[in-house]
This record gives sequence, structure tokens and C-alpha cells, in this order.
Amino acid sequence: MADFVQQVVAGLASGSIYASLALALVLIHRATGVINFAQGEMATLSTYIAWTLTTNHGWNYWPAFAFTLAVSFLGGAAIHQTVIRPNEKGSLLRVVIVTIGLLILINGLVTLIWGGEVRAVPSPFPSGTTEIAGVAITTQDIGTILVVVATVVVLWLMFQYTKIGLAMRAAAVNPAEARLVGVRVTWMLSLGWGLAAVLGAIAGMLAAPSVFLDPNLMAAILIYAFAAAVLGGIDSPVGAVVGGLTLGVGLNLIGAYVDFVGADLRLPVALLVILVVLLVRPAGIFGREEVRRV
Amino acid sequence: MRLRGLVVPVVSFAVLAVVVAVLPSFVSEFRAQQFAYVAIYLIAIIGLNVLTGYTGQISLGHGAFMAVGGYTSAILMADHGVKDIWTIPLAGLVAGAAGYLFGIPALRLSGLYLALATFAIAVSMPAVIKRFEGFTGGGTGINLFGIPELTASLTPVSVLGKELSFNDWLYYLSWSIALVGYVIAWLLLRGRTGLALRAVRDSETAAQSSGVSLARYKTLAFGVSAAYAGVAGSLFAIATTYVNPDTFPVALSILLLVGVVVGGLGSLAGLVAGAVFIYFLPTWSQAVSKSPGAPSVVSGALLIALMFVLPMGVAGLVERFRLLTRRVYHRSGS
Repeated sequence: MADFVQQVVAGLASGSIYASLALALVLIHRATGVINFAQGEMATLSTYIAWTLTTNHGWNYWPAFAFTLAVSFLGGAAIHQTVIRPNEKGSLLRVVIVTIGLLILINGLVTLIWGGEVRAVPSPFPSGTTEIAGVAITTQDIGTILVVVATVVVLWLMFQYTKIGLAMRAAAVNPAEARLVGVRVTWMLSLGWGLAAVLGAIAGMLAAPSVFLDPNLMAAILIYAFAAAVLGGIDSPVGAVVGGLTLGVGLNLIGAYVDFVGADLRLPVALLVILVVLLVRPAGIFGREEVRRV
Repeated sequence: MRLRGLVVPVVSFAVLAVVVAVLPSFVSEFRAQQFAYVAIYLIAIIGLNVLTGYTGQISLGHGAFMAVGGYTSAILMADHGVKDIWTIPLAGLVAGAAGYLFGIPALRLSGLYLALATFAIAVSMPAVIKRFEGFTGGGTGINLFGIPELTASLTPVSVLGKELSFNDWLYYLSWSIALVGYVIAWLLLRGRTGLALRAVRDSETAAQSSGVSLARYKTLAFGVSAAYAGVAGSLFAIATTYVNPDTFPVALSILLLVGVVVGGLGSLAGLVAGAVFIYFLPTWSQAVSKSPGAPSVVSGALLIALMFVLPMGVAGLVERFRLLTRRVYHRSGS
């Protein structure tokens, strides 16, 4: 039983990382109507920035963390303003190809600057385990879950109770009418891209200590995040979080107890989740069916 | 009028065929091998263009269909003693069947969701290959070098009274297949089928209400394009004389899409340029910087820049130039 609970908590920890990146994908999908294939690479770049600050420049972990979030925010907004916005008017394929271009570009950039070696990243949380109700849980897992929960709560408060959050929601739901009531729609969309980059950065920095840092850090995590976002509904922030946690726990349990799957086949299982959800309930658990006017 | 429309494609194809035929006499054997790879990429992107350019279905997973073809060939050669050239059509069939089958669930997915699902296939393919070790050789892969089923790998082969080394043989083999594939795609796309596929791309609703069966044409496009990818994968396995899970990485799938976009979506003429581009890009960017990340930086930046200035690729540039000259011609004529 204790083993089972440990697996669940470990699943929640990795699930919260997927949830964070899935939330980033959902934010961008709501704002721009595309899936950002470069989300994982943007997160990897942020993680490298944090790693350089702490390892090569002697910064303490949390100031570096905060600084990285600020840089990621500006970077995300800048990417939207410079390369995404001018291509939004064209076909969907055009924007998708731009995000794929970003994926290739950022991956190359990271390799160019930091090289391809695999690096160990120190964890910000004390090592060791905490005993809760007779179950030993690593501090790393608890810290990861707490950071993501705090982020989600802050975001939710912002969207629900601030004027800028309301404006962002309005810009995403109905840009034309939002513009009429004085919302600066393009800036709101850039803000969405910035916040998505922040969420990605958090996911990357939390994932790096347990999976090591290399230029392809987020490739698999991006697929899990895609699966989580699809599972919860690509337009639903709540869905992204629930989907991420469900997927994290589910994959961890399957990996631990189903011998056929083991550690190797977890990615194909996530792919299967994507396909099955898209076929059975394309809107996801929390999403709404899209009705298109012809 | 109909005949006049044929002159330009037929003449340009003939020029291409002649250039291909005489090129090995002017370049080294090493270059011949490089151009063989260009032909292999060309086959794959012709197929991808049928799906993405003409039918509007984004695939980020064609490397996975190449893997299916490559492994089909490798397994047939290494375990069942089938001669390499006979494995090529079989690889096309197996990959085509896989693509057709994947096309059925993909009917339910449009636009971004399809891009996502195919991307996930490309990412999980290496893991699947590693898992079924008994069949695929796992992480070690399958070595084909020097086995008797591989034509010309040890001793030159004589074709039509001409002695060909492995690289020259490879060059002629892959370019012959590429040119035949080019013609087949051209014939397929210029008739009613091509019209139906383009209708699906431009508006599914309008196509459906004009009596175009979405299910039939989308699965057809998937099957055909995966068959091309399978043939390309088979040739790739023969050319590298070795397959392992990393022979067909995610990057390959992305590269193929880059090739189609550079060449021009929904056009066949530009694809040769696209194939040359994706094959020689790593070599060219070495001239700028020796770092391993440089090719990616260059191709990523170029891809984005292309979406700004030339969303229709090289073929779009040719088309624009043609329109321009025609306008000048008409003005001087009137």
C-alpha cells in the first residue's frame, strides 16, 4: 500500500509538471488559436538560463528562478509580437510552420550556446524524504507540487479577479468586440504568450533536477503535455491541470505495475491517450464542442 | 490549349531527367552518393506534398512511415534473404497500408489535432522500435553491410553493360525511382483525383456538398503519401546499409515538412529545390559555424523567414516570376 501511495505522489509530481506545460499550451491555444510546437523548446531555453545563472554566475537558486521567469515572460511576448502576429492573418499551416521553425531554431540555439552534453541540475529543495502518515515522500516531489499549485492559484486569481485578466479573457473569446470596448487585443495576446512562456519555464526548471538537462529536455514532456491538454480539453485551463495530474498518476502507475509497458512504452501510451480522446470525445473532458458556422 | 499546358511540365521534366542521367560523369563518387540522398528525400517529400500541400492535412510524422519502410526492407533482407530491390515495393506497400490505416482515425482529426497526433507518432516511434527487440534488433538495429542481398555493396554490379560501384548504383536506383514517383504523382494530381484532393484542402464542407467523399480521399492521400515515405525509407536503409531506432528521428519528420514548405506546398516543380535544401543545409551551415547547433539555427530561422516573404516556397517564386514575365510579354505584344 505504501508503495502504491508513493507511486501516486510521484505521479502527481510529474503530473504537475505536465499540467504546467499543458496550461501553457491551453493559454496560447485560447489566445491565438494555434498549438505552439515550440513551447517545450522555449521552456528548455529558460531552464538553461536559470542553470547558467546558478552554476556559472553564482546566483542563489530563487533569485535566478525569478529572473528567469521575467526573461521568459518578455521573450514569450516578444516572440508573439515579432514572428507570430504578422503570420496570423495567413492560413493555419503558416502559423504552425512558424512555431515549428521556432522549435528548430531554439533547439539549435541551445546546442550552439551550451553544447549537447547532459548536465546535472541541483534541486532547490532539500534532498531526502518526509514521512506523511507512514509514507515516505521525497521533498523534491512535494516542492514541485507546491510550486505548481501556487502558480495555478495565482493565475486563476489573476484571470478571475483583475481587470487585466478580464481583458485577456475578452480578447481571447471575442477579439472584435473586445477591441470595441477598448481592450488592446494584440497586447493581451502577447501577454498570453508571455504567461505561457513563464509556465513553460516553471515546468522546465522543476523537471530538470530529476531528468537531467540537455537540449532535448522537454521533447517527451511536451508530448505528455499535449496528451494532458487534449485529455482535459484544449480550451480548458481546469482541464489542462486535471488532465496533467491524471496523466502523471496514470502513466506512473502503468509504468510501475504493467510489465509490458514498463518505462519504455510510456510515450506510446500517451500517444494512445491522445488518439483515443480525439476519437471518442474530441473536445476533451472539460472542453465544449465547437460549433462552426458555414 | 490543353496541349500547350503540357509543354512546360514535360520539357522541364525532360531537362531534369537528362541532368540526372549525365550528372555522375561530371561529379565524384562521393557527390553521387550525396545526390542519391537528395533523391531519397525527394521521394519522401513528393509523398508528403500529396498529403500536406494538396490535401491540406499537416503531417509531422512522416519519418515514422519512413521507419516502417526502412525496417520492412531491413528485416526482409537480413532475416528472409530477399534481394534489396524487391524489398522496395514491398516496403512501399507495408508503409502505404500503415498510412491508410492511420488515415481512418485521422479522418476525425482536422488541422492542428492531426499535426499533434502525427507529431506524437514521430516522437514515440523510436521507443516502439526499441521495445520489440526480437523483431527489430532493438537499440542495436540491423546491420546490412556486406550481406549478399545488398546489391553492389562489396563488388561492382553491371547494369546494361556498365560497371557500377555501390554509390553510382545507389544514385541511379534512387533517381530512377524518384523520377517515376514524380510522374505518378503528377498524373495522380492533375486529374479528377487531384481536383478532389484540392477541394478537400480548400473547404471540406464545400467539397463534401459537391459530392467529394472526404473519407475516401483523405485516406487515399494518407495511403499514397505513406507509400512514398515507405519507399524512401527503404532506400534510406539500403543507402546507409544500417538501421537503428535513431535512423528515423523526430528531426527527420520535421525536416521533411521543411522540405515541402521550402519547395512549395501544393506544387511539384519546387520539390527538387526542397530536397536539395534539406540535404545540403547541414553542409552549408558548417561553412558559417562548426558548432553542432548551427544547421538547426539556420534552418529554423530560414523557415520562419520564408513564411514572411515567400509562403508559397520556391515554386511560388517561380510562379510570381512567370506572371511577371507574362505581363511584360503581353504589354510588349499589344
